[in-house]
This record gives sequence, structure tokens and C-alpha cells, in this order.
Amino acid sequence: MKVLVTVKEVAEADDDFAIEGTDIAASDLEYDLNEWDDYAVEAAVQLAEAGIADEVVTVTIGPERAEETIRMALAKGADRAVRVWDDAFEEGFADVAAKVSTLEAVVEAEDPDLVLGGVQAADTGFGATGVALAERIGFEHAAVVNDLDVDADAGVAHVHRELEGGVEELTDVDLPAVLTVQTGLNEPRYASLRGIRQAQRKEIDAKDLGDLGLTAEDVESALAITSMYEPESESDAEIIEGDAGEAAGRLAEVLRDKGVSA
Amino acid sequence: MADVLVVAEHRRGELRDVSYEAITAGRELADARGGELHVAVIAGDVDAFAEDLNREGVDAIHTVGNGEEFDHNVYQAAIAALLDRTDAATVVAPNSVNGLDYAPAVAEDRGLPLVTDATGFEYDGGLTVVREMYGSKVETTVDVDGDRHVLTVRGGEWAPAEGVGDATVESVEVDLPESGARVTGFEEVGGGDVDIADADVLVSVGRGIEEEENLELVEGLADALGATLSASRPIVDNGWLPKNRQVGQSGKVVTPDVYIAVGISGAVQHVAGMKGSDTIIAINTDPNAPIFDIADYGIVGNLFEVVPELVDEFA
Repeated sequence: MKVLVTVKEVAEADDDFAIEGTDIAASDLEYDLNEWDDYAVEAAVQLAEAGIADEVVTVTIGPERAEETIRMALAKGADRAVRVWDDAFEEGFADVAAKVSTLEAVVEAEDPDLVLGGVQAADTGFGATGVALAERIGFEHAAVVNDLDVDADAGVAHVHRELEGGVEELTDVDLPAVLTVQTGLNEPRYASLRGIRQAQRKEIDAKDLGDLGLTAEDVESALAITSMYEPESESDAEIIEGDAGEAAGRLAEVLRDKGVSA
Repeated sequence: MADVLVVAEHRRGELRDVSYEAITAGRELADARGGELHVAVIAGDVDAFAEDLNREGVDAIHTVGNGEEFDHNVYQAAIAALLDRTDAATVVAPNSVNGLDYAPAVAEDRGLPLVTDATGFEYDGGLTVVREMYGSKVETTVDVDGDRHVLTVRGGEWAPAEGVGDATVESVEVDLPESGARVTGFEEVGGGDVDIADADVLVSVGRGIEEEENLELVEGLADALGATLSASRPIVDNGWLPKNRQVGQSGKVVTPDVYIAVGISGAVQHVAGMKGSDTIIAINTDPNAPIFDIADYGIVGNLFEVVPELVDEFA
């Protein structure tokens, strides 16, 4: 079976950051592989190691900068990568449907049996692309999977979905399917030196919308970010000042006041 | 004028609080658009649920009695049928694990714009949604094209709807395709030796502890204070502490007398599990960390310096 893993390079804001227009200043952003996608990559690589998956392909919508992140996924064991970018993505904020249109074209070309992706992206936090993609391409799906057992012969994925409040739902999902992966599903590996060397020789196929038979109109977004601001602090916390010793001393008083002691 | 359709949520025979919060959000949007508020309740004991959902401000309740538990295919088909037979322009669903298992499919199927995890909105000729980005470090306003949409609303942001309404209740038959996803059961996780929900004092550790071997430090603090050790999600994901120690939306909800958050930034999922604590104390290097928004006392500082000093105070 072929597994397609959707991978996003996400931006994380520094502790101190400035907002320029409707985004955080580029100089105050650090880029990394989305944490949830790291678990999705690991799940796919484990399926390959178990002899269930014959090929693991990653797909990313992202600029050239994202190739460093994609290489990390390749170093961990993905076989090859597709990266889609286009001027059309430079303007504005791609909504879920725009991403789905792009991924749909990649799914058509790759014809996977299983699509894995993170539950959400750490930066935008929509948590919607995987399920919307499943609907578009006619796959079954399950969101927020934290346990996965693929029975390829039966064409079923036995999954646990992590519900709120410490309850897991056990569900059988017919393949082909899109599963969105929750953190904690597995233990993502670190890339080995050998893996990193091998990743340098693996293919990252860069495509623009035209290569996928799409136009800018296909990825037109229905959403526009019109402002970004730091939320007003609702804090009425008493901030305890002083060096570590002084602060700890004052906090100890507070704790004793509350009756805390061993 | 446009109506709003709120989708209720239930699990194992109980309506979840997010249903009533979504009703409040839906009513707010319906008011802004001069429309009616419809509520859909799908699967399970829908008649009993309908009675509970008949809160002030609800105009119509539609019951779809297919199946017992959540099945996204049933939900999607039922919502599509209700969009066809009502004038609802916007679907409002809880931004829950199950909400995110059907709302994106509904939006995709109907060709509607989708905004998830809304913390607020305004409607003034068009919909503008307030939501966070970059791990709650910023808020954004998002303008949504068109006058029909799908919106998921964050839990705890709207007050639950109260009172008794005079909604009409109508049972709806929906033809369903055979579902390719079948729920076979549920599992409670996080059992074991310790119930952190019983503790009076919790020392809770987060990502700021950096390495597994550093856990000794907070274990030492918990010992010195006679407290129980709990954790935020990343610590449990890493396998450094068992699942029964996890505080938050997917772990335990705790309400101790004193909650000491050590190296926890205060992501919304974590806060949902501990905001009811009597006294919240936060130790974190980042003065902008959201944990300080709900803390009663805060130390902006390095836990590796502060915690040993605090242990000494109680030695």
C-alpha cells in the first residue's frame, strides 16, 4: 500500500515578537516541522517497516524554505516528497478549501491507499484539512487518532479517536482513508546521520499549480485575515518580583498562607 | 434575514456542555442576522435530548434518530438534509474532537467557507470571526466571504444557554448510505494508582522542564510540599509520566486548592483542565505565556533557579 503524509512547515513566534500588518514579523518567526505531522510521518514509516506500506510519500504546500523541513521527514524514512508552491499562495491566507484543492490534485497523481496528516497545524490551528480532503476525494476518515492498527488485507484501519476527558472511541475505518494523527500516537524518531545523508539524495518534486493542472482561481480563499493583535492580558496575577531566592521566599509565604506544607 | 443551525453534541447518553454554549453563540449570530435558531440533535435518545436542549432562544429543534453514538457520516447526511429543508445559512458546531470530525466535511460537501475554533464573531453585513493563531500568542479577525458558512466555536467562550424555551420539535427522517466508519466501543484511559482529581495541591510540570531527567526537580518540589505531581500534555506524549497524570481537555479536569504550574505555557487545552483551581501559581520564563492570564500569583523566571530555592524554603 502507498501512504501519503501531509506535512506542513509551521512558524513559531519568538517570546518577543512584533506584528507587522496582519502577520508576525518574519524576523520573529522560527520555522519547524509541525509537531503533529512528525507523528504522522513516524506512523507512516512504521507501516513501511512493518511491510504494510511499500512507499511513503510526503506532500507539502510551502515555499522553497520548507525543503529543510521536508528533508527532515525524508531523513526519518519517507521515500520521496512533493512540494507545491505558487505565487497564488503568496497573497493572502489559504483557506481549507484552497489547500484541499491542491492536495486533491496530488492525491490524483499519487493514488495513495492511506493519507496521514497531523490533527492541526501549530500556527494556524484550523484542524480541518484532513477531514475536508477526505470528503473531497471520497475517502473515509477519522479525526484525532491516537492509536492505529492497519489491517491491509481486510482493508480496514482499527483506530482510537482521542475524545475529551480521557475517553477514547474505538472505530473501524474502511480504506482508503484519511486519518488525522494526534500527538502521542507513537514516539517520533530522531533522524539518524545515515538517514540525513540518504535524505540528501532523495527526490523533492517541486510543482506549481500549473503542473497540477490547477490555476490561481482554484485556490482562491474565502477568508481574509483583516487584523492581528496581541490579546489584551486578562491577567490580575500578582507577579512576584526579585531574584530566584527572593521570589521563592515570597511564594513560600503565599503557600504557607494557603496551608500548603509537607 | 438568515437562520442559524446549531448542532448539539452528546456522548454515551449525555448531552455535552458545549451544546448549550453553541446555542448561545448560535442565538447571538441569529440575532445579528434577524433569523431563527434551529438546533439539530442527531442519534441517541433524541427526544430526551430535545427536551433538555429546549432552552431560551431556541426556535426549532430537529431530531434525527439514526443510531446511538456519533457517526460522522450520519451527522453529515443529517446536517445536509436540514440545510435543504430549513433556511439556515450558517452551521454552528462545537470545536470538539467530534465537531472537527464532521464540520469540515459538511463545509466541503456544501461548498461553504469554514472557520474553526472561533472565540468570538461579529456580523455586520458580513461575518467576521475572532480566532487565535500561533499557539494563542495572537488574536486575529478573519473576514468570511459570502453569507453562508460553517463555524466551529471554542468551548468555554460562550455562556451556556439557560432557561426553558418554546421551540418546536420535529423528527426528521434521513436516508443514510452505509457508513465506512464504525464505532466498536469506548475506553476510559488514565486509570491507575493516582487520581490527580483528588489532590488538594498539585505541582504540574510542562515542556519547560526540557529533559526527562529534570523531572527529579519537580518531584522534589511535590515531596517538599506534600503535593501530587501532574503534567501537561507534552510530558505525557513523551512518555515521561503516565496518562493518568495529564491535566487538560483530553486528560483530567482538576480543581485543587492550589495548582502550581511549572514550565507550562497554558495552552487552551491545558487551561480547560485546571482553570477551576482555587489558587493558581505559575512559574514560567515567558512573561507573555497565557498561563499568567489565569494565574493568581506568577514568577517570571527560570524554573531551574526558582524551584530549588522553593524546595529549600520547605526543607
